[in-house]
Amino acid sequence: MQDFVQLWVYLSATPLFGLTATLVCYLGAQALYARVGHAPWANPVLWTVLALATLLTLSGTPYPTYFSGAQFIHFLLGPAVVALGWPLWQRRQQLRRRGLALLAAALAGGSAAAASAVAIGWALGLPAEVLRSLAPKSVTAPVAMGIAEQLGGIPALAAALAVLTGLVGAIAGKYLFDALRITSPEVRGFALGTASHGIGAAQAMQLHPDAGAYAGLALGLQVVLAALLMPPLAAWLLP
Amino acid sequence: MTLLQGLALLLLCQSAGEVLARLLHLPLPGPVLGMLGLVLGLGWAPLRARAGVAADALLGHLSLLFVPVGVGVMTHLALIAQYGGRMLLALLLSTLIGLAVTAGVLQALLPRGTPPPGSD
Repeated sequence: MQDFVQLWVYLSATPLFGLTATLVCYLGAQALYARVGHAPWANPVLWTVLALATLLTLSGTPYPTYFSGAQFIHFLLGPAVVALGWPLWQRRQQLRRRGLALLAAALAGGSAAAASAVAIGWALGLPAEVLRSLAPKSVTAPVAMGIAEQLGGIPALAAALAVLTGLVGAIAGKYLFDALRITSPEVRGFALGTASHGIGAAQAMQLHPDAGAYAGLALGLQVVLAALLMPPLAAWLLP
Repeated sequence: MTLLQGLALLLLCQSAGEVLARLLHLPLPGPVLGMLGLVLGLGWAPLRARAGVAADALLGHLSLLFVPVGVGVMTHLALIAQYGGRMLLALLLSTLIGLAVTAGVLQALLPRGTPPPGSD
């Protein structure tokens, strides 16, 4: 028993643990997701995160130890964002024709998400720094942190809110689109990328290649629009 | 080899994006500039098959790449619990509003009927 404890202490402190645990939990969550016919509640990101959080808590492993292994997966987010250029290039003619409509939808949807978050939060009596952390929640987490900092919010809270927003969109999106009778995979994907960035885009990517391409374009547009427009607008609108 | 060449191409685009963002003090993240660079670069035919193999491999498992950040959120549970239900309510409603507005506007602006095949 003593040997086993020592072995566990050794193994759980190496990068091997975080990397292996992430992959194994994700494969398990994917298997469940496939088994229930890709039902949105079985979202693989959600269940992988819950399983890993439980595992870390039960084993008393601190997040930095886990991240020493998981960083190899995390690092691939950068090249994955670059890779979104590929589906865009494949559809470049169609996208050029639809450019204005897409830009208008990105502006309208992005403003609606940010403005309604701040307005609802304000009506519910949330403090100013939380409102300023809520505003950039529809932008992918690392960019949301930078914007929140510029607005005077809390960067760590903004990152957490961005991830939760991504999960909400990925899980609730299908039910909402079904209720609104929105069937086109392009429109669904674009809305997911606009309101719930990469996690929404990942969901779209697994459902339909067109949805994934439009979601990738939407998340890129949202990063550009939010980074350029949100700081001056917030300085003007927020006291 | 094709996969490795494609990965190298994606990393080169990302590096170029990071350098450009730092040098010109652009408010955009390096990978987003790299994505624009890749779109321009794909005009050159020899790059296409290589970029395509690597991009499809990465994008096919995009969900997995968000797991480490997601687990990180769990370490901020105290911060979230501090503001509790009101913050989550604002988050939930505004996300649904953002989804509905984007989809509604785009649906209204795009021509009706089945869209023409986009890829070529």
